[in-house]
Amino acid sequence: MADNVGDSAWTVDHVLESTLDSVDRGEESVLKEAEALGFDEDDLHKIGISVRETLVNAVVHGNRYNNRKKVHLQILRGADRLTIVIADEGEGFDMSTIPDPLANENLLRHCGRGLLLIQAFMDEFQIRAREPNGTEVKMVKYLAKTG
Amino acid sequence: MSVKLTTRQVGDVTVVDAVGRVTLGEGASVFRDTIRDLAASGHKKLLLNLAEVSYIDSSGIGEMVSGFTTVTNQGGAVKLLNLTKRVKDLLQITKLYTVFEVFDDEATAVRSFA
Repeated sequence: MADNVGDSAWTVDHVLESTLDSVDRGEESVLKEAEALGFDEDDLHKIGISVRETLVNAVVHGNRYNNRKKVHLQILRGADRLTIVIADEGEGFDMSTIPDPLANENLLRHCGRGLLLIQAFMDEFQIRAREPNGTEVKMVKYLAKTG
Repeated sequence: MSVKLTTRQVGDVTVVDAVGRVTLGEGASVFRDTIRDLAASGHKKLLLNLAEVSYIDSSGIGEMVSGFTTVTNQGGAVKLLNLTKRVKDLLQITKLYTVFEVFDDEATAVRSFA
């Protein structure tokens, strides 16, 4: 899926356990690459939250903390963008079944805002079923153009 | 660092000063338990001071909403004080800015409970 990542791609791959510790480790790893690429503090925060939300979804909702299932994290540093691909080995889910968190009747729901935040903070976001099982999320953040 | 919460009374308003990160796991649990314990012990006017909260994820937001619902259903109120720009942005994206009363000044916030 991560085929178009810009020039000079640098790739880091992790296979993570289905634990909350993995969420912290994965976020740290992505932020290290994002910082090296030159993102500012605001963008680092947006990338960090997006990665955290996606990893939490993979560990909690995808793999359901099952220690036999792994979370796959791929970080690709392109010349002008950071691409992150996160996949779980769960049963998958149908995006259309997720209630709209911005509908008035859902505003006071306890959960369901993670995907909303990711879509607000990242420049590109794609989600698809992973073969043979699970869900794969790809997200891209571009470096702000200057000059 | 997870979140650290300390409480103090200003008149009949309980101010909860939060410092750190409110994320899934310990941070969100501490937040949830503190608000529930305060509500259960009769503290129904809660002002959450988030000036030193550097990071909230969707789980942390969920616990704030749960706390709001719990206390409001018991006839009380939960209001927010001193949001950082990042937390303010999160509340705007999630439309929760329309749900919570938000203040930048503690004295004004305390008076609003009267």
